[in-house]
Amino acid sequence: MRNVGIIMRRELVSYFATPLAYVFIVIFLLLANWFTFYLGAFYERGQADLESFFAFLPWLYLFLIPALSMKLWAEERNSGSIELLMTQPITLREAVLGKFFAAWIFTAFALALTFPLWITVNYLGRPDNGAILAAYLGSLLLGGGFLAIGSCMSSLTRSQVIAFILGVFACLALLLAGFPGVLDVFRSWAPQSIVDAVASLSFLVHFDSIRKGVIDVRDLLYFAMLISLFLLATAIALELRKAD
Amino acid sequence: MIKTEHLTKHYGTLTAVEDVSFQVGPGEVLGFLGPNGAGKTTTMRMLAGFVTPTAGSASICGHDVERDPLAAKAALGYLPEGAPNYGEMTVRRFLNFIADLRALEGARRTARLRHVIGHLQLEGVLEQTIETLSKGFRRRVGLAQAIMHDPPVLILDEPTDGLDPNQKHEVRTLINDMARDKIIVISTHILEEVDAVCTRAIIISQGRIVADDTPAGLAARSRYHNAVSMQLEEPAQLPSARAAVEALPAVAQVEVSERDARLTALPKAGTPILPALSELAARTGLKLKELHLESGRLDEVFRTITS
Repeated sequence: MRNVGIIMRRELVSYFATPLAYVFIVIFLLLANWFTFYLGAFYERGQADLESFFAFLPWLYLFLIPALSMKLWAEERNSGSIELLMTQPITLREAVLGKFFAAWIFTAFALALTFPLWITVNYLGRPDNGAILAAYLGSLLLGGGFLAIGSCMSSLTRSQVIAFILGVFACLALLLAGFPGVLDVFRSWAPQSIVDAVASLSFLVHFDSIRKGVIDVRDLLYFAMLISLFLLATAIALELRKAD
Repeated sequence: MIKTEHLTKHYGTLTAVEDVSFQVGPGEVLGFLGPNGAGKTTTMRMLAGFVTPTAGSASICGHDVERDPLAAKAALGYLPEGAPNYGEMTVRRFLNFIADLRALEGARRTARLRHVIGHLQLEGVLEQTIETLSKGFRRRVGLAQAIMHDPPVLILDEPTDGLDPNQKHEVRTLINDMARDKIIVISTHILEEVDAVCTRAIIISQGRIVADDTPAGLAARSRYHNAVSMQLEEPAQLPSARAAVEALPAVAQVEVSERDARLTALPKAGTPILPALSELAARTGLKLKELHLESGRLDEVFRTITS
């Protein structure tokens, strides 16, 4: 576990050593606020909650998280530094976890920087802060899920562009699985159990239930399993192809 | 001790390394030679635990690289081909990162960091990011990383590739300094390097070991081993000199280079010809610029073995 911390620190320092961290944070905050106030009609709704922020967050994450995760492994493989890293006395698991946690902590940091929204809504009214906290937790888990998928896609290729496109596609598929339009397609011919199974795979279904302030163990388990599964897939992909 | 037994790596139908077995002991500097694509890098990557062998085994100081990879890696310092690195890190941060991973702490950490920085002359670039460094400095940072934990075994994949002659000399001096108490394996396709640093050379071609000998032993396989080369003052004397040398019973063949008026006489197996030739020169009044005995040409041996 010590090595996970060392690798995580190195990654985090590297984010801030390049413009990546600053560009990501600025774009994330700009878009988050634009979505909230313009598309989400924060003022016009006249309600003291952050519904208009959290409703758009999955779509913002859909493009920004794969942009963050695309470099996780593709860059290491492309520059060859993966050979340097993996010949140090560390395990593959430590490397995969260290890099993932670095990206996740960075995502959490960017998310935390949306706190002015929370201050605003508390200034304007009396929101249910418990629900907002739950929604933040859900957002963090959603970000973790996207990152785990992105990490896996990044481990499949040397090209960051391909990693990005694969990441967006995979995240979109898991987002849309819970979309009414997609579920309707299944509903027209499949039994209810299949429709439920597809819906239960969806990010949105689990995110929405946490977002409403209900923290259900099943939703937490969903994200934990999804993240574990994709990190495991990352490790397997790297084990098979790291030297190619 | 490095030990490999029947080490083999296939990529699909392509055979990268086939049945490679050797042992290297303390004090040995093994040069791994071979044409590009012969399997040098793949072999070294298997030793370093980066590539999993298809068959066979390898161990570093008794630790099998597959069954006990962490112990094997702990005993090993490894410089990957091309010295890849994290370009955005400063040299200081990078060396600290490596010291962290090598679990160096306290006084020993300070001492090791000071040692590698001093030894590889990195003081002046500590705060520079690695991507801004010249090729020579990047290679030195890679070497610093490899020797950080003072490992008993060093595996260096083309440590001098792309360096200028001064930098090459520095790296070779460094390797020679460390050679006494370590096991060192370097790969190279620069043959002069074998003479400069290696006590033993393995030539690998198409994934197989085709020669395993000392540099002198390899040179002795050359047609030019014990050949005598003489350069004449007067190019006009070349034809008559050639005829006289060819007439000597111990000479098997004569090669002439008109450009620098040089005659090279190749001996019949095992017979010394230098005395006969110097006597001949004195007797016939040949004016010599130079006369010397060749120990053998490694590049010629290399070509013969690997082509």
